[in-house]
Amino acid sequence: MYELLNRLTQTFGVSGNEEPIRELIINEIKDKVDEIKTDALGNLIALKKGNADAQNHKKFMIAAHMDEIGVIATHIDDKGYIRFSNIGGVSPYTSIGQKVEFKNGITGVVSYEQKLDDIKNLKLSKMYIDIGTKSREETEKFVKIGDTACFCGSFVKQGDFAISKAMDNRAGCAVATEVINILSKTGTDNDIYFVFTVQEELGLRGAKTAAYQIMPDYAIAVDVTRTGDTPESHIMEVKLGEGPAIKIKDSSILCHPAVKSLLEAAAKRANIPYQYEILEGGGTDVGAIHTTGGGVPSGAVSIPTRYIHSPTEMISLKDLENAAKLVAEAVR
Amino acid sequence: MDMQILKELTELNGVSGNEEAVRDYIKNRITPYTDGIYVDALGNLIAYKKGKSSNIKVMLSAHMDEVGFMVTGYTDTGLLKFTNIGGVDERILPGKAVLVGKDNIPGVISAKAIHLQEKEKFKRNWKMKNLYIDIGAEKKEEAEKVAPLGEYIAFKSEFQEFGKNCVKAKALDDRVGCAILMEALKETYDFNLYACFTVQEEIGLRGAETAAYTVKPDIALVFEGTTCSDVPETDKHLHSTRLGKGAVITIIDGSSYADKDLVNYIYNIAKDKNIPVQFKETATGGNDAGKIQRTRAGVKVAIISVPCRYIHSPVSLMAKSDFESAMKLAVETLKDMSSNGDNLKKLLKEDK
Repeated sequence: MYELLNRLTQTFGVSGNEEPIRELIINEIKDKVDEIKTDALGNLIALKKGNADAQNHKKFMIAAHMDEIGVIATHIDDKGYIRFSNIGGVSPYTSIGQKVEFKNGITGVVSYEQKLDDIKNLKLSKMYIDIGTKSREETEKFVKIGDTACFCGSFVKQGDFAISKAMDNRAGCAVATEVINILSKTGTDNDIYFVFTVQEELGLRGAKTAAYQIMPDYAIAVDVTRTGDTPESHIMEVKLGEGPAIKIKDSSILCHPAVKSLLEAAAKRANIPYQYEILEGGGTDVGAIHTTGGGVPSGAVSIPTRYIHSPTEMISLKDLENAAKLVAEAVR
Repeated sequence: MDMQILKELTELNGVSGNEEAVRDYIKNRITPYTDGIYVDALGNLIAYKKGKSSNIKVMLSAHMDEVGFMVTGYTDTGLLKFTNIGGVDERILPGKAVLVGKDNIPGVISAKAIHLQEKEKFKRNWKMKNLYIDIGAEKKEEAEKVAPLGEYIAFKSEFQEFGKNCVKAKALDDRVGCAILMEALKETYDFNLYACFTVQEEIGLRGAETAAYTVKPDIALVFEGTTCSDVPETDKHLHSTRLGKGAVITIIDGSSYADKDLVNYIYNIAKDKNIPVQFKETATGGNDAGKIQRTRAGVKVAIISVPCRYIHSPVSLMAKSDFESAMKLAVETLKDMSSNGDNLKKLLKEDK
C-alpha cells in the first residue's frame, strides 16, 4: 500500500483545487467500480454495487477527503513577493522556512517580515512567499492572485513508519482505495458509495452535498487523528502503531452506537487490532454527513497520525493496512 | 448613471428580520417584469422569470437586510438600552443619529459631553453596554410606549453624492446588490432566472439557505457590497479591494470557495467588454454564497461585489463607477450565458 500512499501524498490537491488528486484516484479505481462521477463541487463519487437481493442489503457511504491544507496567493507586491492567506488550518510557526509548491510546479520559500518585534506576534499576514523573482511583472508570469500552493514534504518510509505532507488525508484515500481492491476480490452484499470529498479542511463542505445525493443508511469517514504518545503531549489515548482507531467522538460528531458496534464486531471477527479515539479538538466529514436529510447513523475509522498539518505527518503502515481490512470487513 | 433607485433603496430601513419596507419597495417595482413572485416563510422575496428554451436554473442573490439595533430595555429616565443586529463597530456609535421603529422616531446614541468626561475614561473605547439611545422621552413608561421591547432601530443617514465619483449612504451593503438584481430582471433570458432578495444575511446567511433549497439552482451569482480597506494605516497587501478600481470578483472568503471556471468566465467577460474588474485580495468575511454552495447536492457559485469603504456604518462610501462596473458585469454575464448556451453548459459539466 505504501507505493500508492507515496503517489497520493505527493500529488497536489489543496482544498478547492482537487483536480490533480482526483485524476489520480479516478485512474486508480475506475476499472474496479460500477459507477463513477464528479459532482458540482468536485466530489468524486464511486459506487461498488452489492447484491440487491441479499438479506439486510444496505447503502453505505465511505468518505475520505482528498483535499489538503495549503496557501493561496492574495497579493503580489512591487518587488515580486507574494502575500498569502491560509487554506485550512495553517500555523504560521510551522510555515517558517518551508518550501511550498504551486499547482504549476513553481516552488517558493515562506519567510516573514524581519522587523517583527516578537516572534509571538507572528501572523500569516506578516509572512510572504519568495519565488526568486525581482518584480511584480516577473512573478505574475508564474503566479497569479488566487493560485494555491501546497507545502512540500517528501515521502519517507522507515521501518513501519512513513512520513510525508498530506497524510491528512491521503492516508484515508489510500485506505478507501484499498477497500475497493479488497471488495473487488471478496464481493459485497451492500451497495457501497466511496466518496473522495472536497473542501473538508474548509469546513466539511463536500461531504455535506455528497451525503445529500446519496442519503446512505450508514456512513463511515476514514481520516487521520492525533495521538497522545509524544513527549509531554496532550493526554489522548491513541498511539501510533496500535491499530486503526474506532472513533467515539470529536467536536463534529458523537458516533452512532450501531456503527461503532459494527466496526468493533468486524475487528474482532477478522482479528484486527484496534483502539478507541476521543478527539477533543477537530472534526471530520461524518460531522456534516450525520445531520444530512433526516439524519444518517455515522462513525469513523481513524489513522493515528503525529504532527498533523505539518509537512512531516507520520503514520504507521501497519495501522493503514489494518484500517483498510477493518473497513472492508465492516461494510461488506 | 442614474442613482435614484439606489438612493431610495438605501434610505429605506431593513434591519435583519425587519426587511418588509425594502421588500415592498422592490416587489412593487419588479412585479411587471416577472412570471411569478412570492415571499417565502422566512421573508425572502423570490422572483421568477421563465427561460425561452433552456431548463437550466440561474439564481441571483442579494440580501435586503442591513445591520442595525434592537431595543432591549429602558432607564427610569426614559433612555433606551439596545443591542446590535449584525456586526457593528461599537466604538463608532456615540453621537450617531438613529431611527426607531416603523414610524421612524428620531433618536441619538448618547455620549457624555467631552466636558464631563474624566481624563482616564476619555481614553477608553465606548462599549455598547455603556451607551443609550435618547428619543426625548422623559420617563420609562413614555419610552416603552413609543419604542416597545424588541423594536428595531436603524442608522439614520441620507444618501449623498459627492466628489467626482462618490456616494455616501448607509446600507450600501447590500442595497447595491438589490439594485443590480432589479436591473437584471428587466431582460429576458434563455435560462430560467430566479432573483432572490434574501433576509437575515447579516446574522448568519439565514435567508439564502432556505431560498436556495427552494430554488434548486444549477448556478448562483451573489451580488454584494464588500469591504474596501484602501485606507491609511492598512498595509498595502491587506487592502481587500480598492475604491474606483472596478467590480470585485471574490476567489475565496471565509464562507465559500467560488467555482474556479465560473470565476474565469466572468473575469474574461469583464476583460472582453472593457469593464474594470479586480479580485478581492483577502480571504476573510462571508456572504450568502457560503450557504447556497452547500445546498442540496451542491451549487456552483460566484460573487460580484461593489467595494464599500466604512461598511456596516452609517457612512459607507462607494465609487459610482464601481457600482456601474458591477451592474454592467452582471448584465453582460447574464447576456452571455443566455446567448451562448454552450458556455453555460460547459460551466455546468459533470464529468461522468
